[in-house]
Amino acid sequence: MSAVLMPLVAQALPLADFVKPKIEYNELAPLLVVFGAACVGVVAEAFLPRAYRHLVQVALAIVALLAAGVLTGILMHDKKSLVAAQGAISVDGPALFTWIILLALTLISVLLFAERSIDGGLSAFAGQAAAVPGSEAEREGTAAKVEHSEIFPLTLFAVGGMMLFASANDLLVLFVALEVFSLPLYLLCGLARRRRLISQEAAMKYFLLGAFASAFLLYGIALLYGYAGTMSLPGIADALATKTGGDAILLAGTGLIGVGLLFKVGAVPFHSWTPDVYQGAPTPITGFMAACTKIAAFIGLMRVFYVALGGTRWDWAPMMWVVAILTMVVGSIVAITQTDVKRMLAYSSIAHAGFLLTAFVGLAQSGSGVTSGITSTQAVLFYLVCYGFPTIGAFALVTLVRDAGGEATHLSRWAGLGKKSPLLAGIFAFFLLGFAGIPLTAGFTGKWAVFTAAWTGGAWPLVVVAVLCSLVAAFFYVRVIVLMFFSDLPADSPDVALPGWQTTTAVALGLAATVVLGLVPGPVLDLASRAGEFIR
Amino acid sequence: MSHELTWLLVAIPAVSAAILLIGGKATNGWGHLLGTAASLASFVCGVLLFFQMQGKSGEERSETVRLFEWFSVGSIKVDVTLLVDQLSILFVLLITGVGSLIHIYSIGYMSHDPRRRRFFGYLNLFIASMLLLVLAADYLLVFVGWEGVGLASYLLIGFWQHKHSAATAAKKAFVVNRVGDIGLSLAVMSMWALFGSSAFASVNAGAQGMSKTWATLLGLMLLLAACGKSAQVPLQSWLLDAMEGPTPVSALIHAATMVTAGVYLVVRSHAIYAVTESASTAVVIVGTVTALAGAIIGCAKDDIKKALAGSTMSQIGYMMLAAGLGPVGYVFAIFHLLTHGFFKANMFLGAGSVMHGMNDDVNMRHYGGLAKYMKVTFVTFAFGYLAILGIPPFAGFFSKDKIIEAAFADNIVIGLCALLGAGITAFYMTRVMLMTFFGEKRWEKDVHPHESPAVMTVPLMILAALSLGGGALYFAGHWIVDWLEPVVGHEEDHAPVSALVMTLITLAVVAVGIVIAVLLYRRDIPREAPVRVSPVTTFARRDLFGDALNEAVLMRPGQYLTRTLVWLDNRGVDGLVNGLAALFGGLSGRLRRFQTGFVRSYALSMVFGAAFVVVALLAVRLS
Repeated sequence: MSAVLMPLVAQALPLADFVKPKIEYNELAPLLVVFGAACVGVVAEAFLPRAYRHLVQVALAIVALLAAGVLTGILMHDKKSLVAAQGAISVDGPALFTWIILLALTLISVLLFAERSIDGGLSAFAGQAAAVPGSEAEREGTAAKVEHSEIFPLTLFAVGGMMLFASANDLLVLFVALEVFSLPLYLLCGLARRRRLISQEAAMKYFLLGAFASAFLLYGIALLYGYAGTMSLPGIADALATKTGGDAILLAGTGLIGVGLLFKVGAVPFHSWTPDVYQGAPTPITGFMAACTKIAAFIGLMRVFYVALGGTRWDWAPMMWVVAILTMVVGSIVAITQTDVKRMLAYSSIAHAGFLLTAFVGLAQSGSGVTSGITSTQAVLFYLVCYGFPTIGAFALVTLVRDAGGEATHLSRWAGLGKKSPLLAGIFAFFLLGFAGIPLTAGFTGKWAVFTAAWTGGAWPLVVVAVLCSLVAAFFYVRVIVLMFFSDLPADSPDVALPGWQTTTAVALGLAATVVLGLVPGPVLDLASRAGEFIR
Repeated sequence: MSHELTWLLVAIPAVSAAILLIGGKATNGWGHLLGTAASLASFVCGVLLFFQMQGKSGEERSETVRLFEWFSVGSIKVDVTLLVDQLSILFVLLITGVGSLIHIYSIGYMSHDPRRRRFFGYLNLFIASMLLLVLAADYLLVFVGWEGVGLASYLLIGFWQHKHSAATAAKKAFVVNRVGDIGLSLAVMSMWALFGSSAFASVNAGAQGMSKTWATLLGLMLLLAACGKSAQVPLQSWLLDAMEGPTPVSALIHAATMVTAGVYLVVRSHAIYAVTESASTAVVIVGTVTALAGAIIGCAKDDIKKALAGSTMSQIGYMMLAAGLGPVGYVFAIFHLLTHGFFKANMFLGAGSVMHGMNDDVNMRHYGGLAKYMKVTFVTFAFGYLAILGIPPFAGFFSKDKIIEAAFADNIVIGLCALLGAGITAFYMTRVMLMTFFGEKRWEKDVHPHESPAVMTVPLMILAALSLGGGALYFAGHWIVDWLEPVVGHEEDHAPVSALVMTLITLAVVAVGIVIAVLLYRRDIPREAPVRVSPVTTFARRDLFGDALNEAVLMRPGQYLTRTLVWLDNRGVDGLVNGLAALFGGLSGRLRRFQTGFVRSYALSMVFGAAFVVVALLAVRLS
């Protein structure tokens, strides 16, 4: 018996033998630095005395982000482009470009998180998240100025997940990365110091709907695995090229993966979480999510659909056309009747997602011979830069307009703000003009890039819709400007808090990006164009 | 040398605007002087450039100045390049010349305004944007200037923001202009798709080989843009409301320069219109309709500025009409644009001078007999009046006469409409003259009409002189024809009757208009406007039901569609803005109901969405 079995076992063993995976530590260094710093942050939280935690955590986060940024910059300079970690992660031009933007925007967000001078020496985050809102414990905590410095490691985990998400070359890694960046965000959403109930509600909603969307994504991944027999994106592309039959599984899988990714992008009809969560979350977190989550999700979406599913483009493009149109139309139109500035910005971000989708659907690719100019990937990368910086800046300004109950986000409270603080209202107006796409702002050059890509990719009807939607969008942006400058200041108008250097820096960077990218977009466009295409 | 002059032309007012707007209160004391000096410096640059061009032969006069590369991606390359040619230099001289006069005038006109420094900052911003618009050698760059002047116009219309009507008018102008801007942005996109570039040179070169359909589409997109900026039917409604801005703004932006940008755009795109007859015809029709509509509106307005605004619409209609005629008319469109810039700025500033002496009252029914009290204003205004009527030897005679002649050569109906327009113009301008400067005085006791200070009257005198002498550009050996021909081309028209007969007929029609006005307004004019008036008057008073039409076409269906009327802006923006607002607001209100706040309904919407996505994918494959 055993004599019969022995050869079998001997044959089977080498298959099960553990092979040491090849990890390209150099190329993955930025990811490792961010995740490593996050782990160190968690440990520090446990061992450091309370008095030092805030300072150490902020310093750690900033140093880690800067270090990762430098490492990414070196990789970009060397024009690294390879598939690392046994085919799990692509470190290519678009991924590196995304990493850089994510790191820069997160750095600005971390500054906003660390701001303590706006609300009387307290940060925007709950002192004791576990204390019941309105309870004695909460009051005591506030009086003692306790706070959760865990938000910094959580942020590092989130941004690490986002970086991984944007460079995942394998559906399983993609899913893991999605969860790694989503879970910290769910938590961070519920941590507002003021209006805690609405903040907790937002976190709950985000979590439930996010889990729901993850299930769709996971099911789609399973179906695609069933079709292709592999999780790797290039493997799926190969299967598409060679395999016949099984189309129903393929298409259903494509659709469900699309749902999961479009949810994170905030595209209609998977956008319903956006306004509620953006409104409820602490404003610095909203800015972080609006900028960074959108960037990571968009690049992930493009990578999956271009690299793995590029072969079935003609199957998914019509569906994406409809989603793009719906997103632009719903985003721009519903924004009109919003009465809360954070909700308005949420719908504005939905409309921006729609504009981005036009370039995505237009699919102008350098290899396809469709275009000689800007490709979709480059246009999207550039637009994300143009959109990310002003978005964080705008949300940073929202934190400054306050009354006794915290931030005064109702639009009626912003009436006549131009008379109270011409500087704040002027900068906010400038951001709005940028979002509306007025020339000589980043919004214009960004829109120009994505619309050109869409147009050359043949999606000109989408561009027409997009231009019409920008018109509608301009209407509600201008409405806020009119409200701020041409309305009378009510007697009980909210105060404009004096920002600390952190918030000032965030606003100034947003402003600088809006101006510079509008006037001389050349260098950044050039950088985006050198990012090239996704590798397979 | 010309390289530096060209960029300085735009840079000086831009830098000055930045100093005035960023400098804040520190610049209050000398802000108006800096603004005026910047405009004058620009004018000097323009004059120097002009004389440099004089020294060269026709073909060599046009010069492109490449400043820097804006951006480049792959083969797409956008340079910031300025083009100084015979066409743009005329605009430069008009913008900076008339602009400087209006800056000087504003020193006096705005002397009591606490925000005068900001006003001059906006004016400089306008001058810089407008110069960029006319000097750009690329449609994309034109678009930048186009939006810049739109922004400046918006800021200046709403300058007296404490006036509710001013804020509303500013917003209306902004939104209506954005409708026109769609045309320009689509045109630029199409150019990129068709020619791979939006530079004038590439577009002109590519236009000859393009298909007729695309040429027509492009022509119509550009016409839409021109309609928005130049207040042509059907996008005319904002201009009358725009008179809420300070009077120098009305003179500079809403009479002499910005509103003529549409004409510039059409003339500049002559290569495209050469390919498509349909689009050219559309331009002619829009121009003719606006020429008549503006004139009719001008007849019924008691507000002196609104009467002049109707007249501006009408005169730009004439320019559009001429521009639509092609090479026969381009030169005269530009010529009329220049003379109109002189005499209309003159009359607007004259109106401002009258208002200055009448406690800012704009109602002509409260004027009367002012000729005695404001002699300089009266005489200079009369020069503008004679010029717009086309009485020889005033400037308008030469420019308008040629347009009517060319119109007759093209089509008898168009010609008759143009002729009729000239008659109506004579009528309403005579009405303005009589109601303001003649007859009994009708003002209140506490009003003490007086002549304005020299800082205001000297610009008036200069503009009056130009209204008289501007015609020299043509009658001195057809100078302007030879000047512009290398850029826009020129053909002689073939009128059915000789030029002299044409002139006599026109003058006769003008005389009839004057006589009717004198007969009607010789008698006493009531201080209050009569309520019981003929339907025609009501029609004209209500801007030919322009706002009502907007309401009927856009607002009512909006209400019907939405049932729930969501008035977005309780501050009462009327007409088009409210129509669109109600339409989208209602739609928005409806869509908003999906945002219930319940996770279960959100999840349900995602399920539906997912079902849609999968079904759509399968349907595409199976179909």
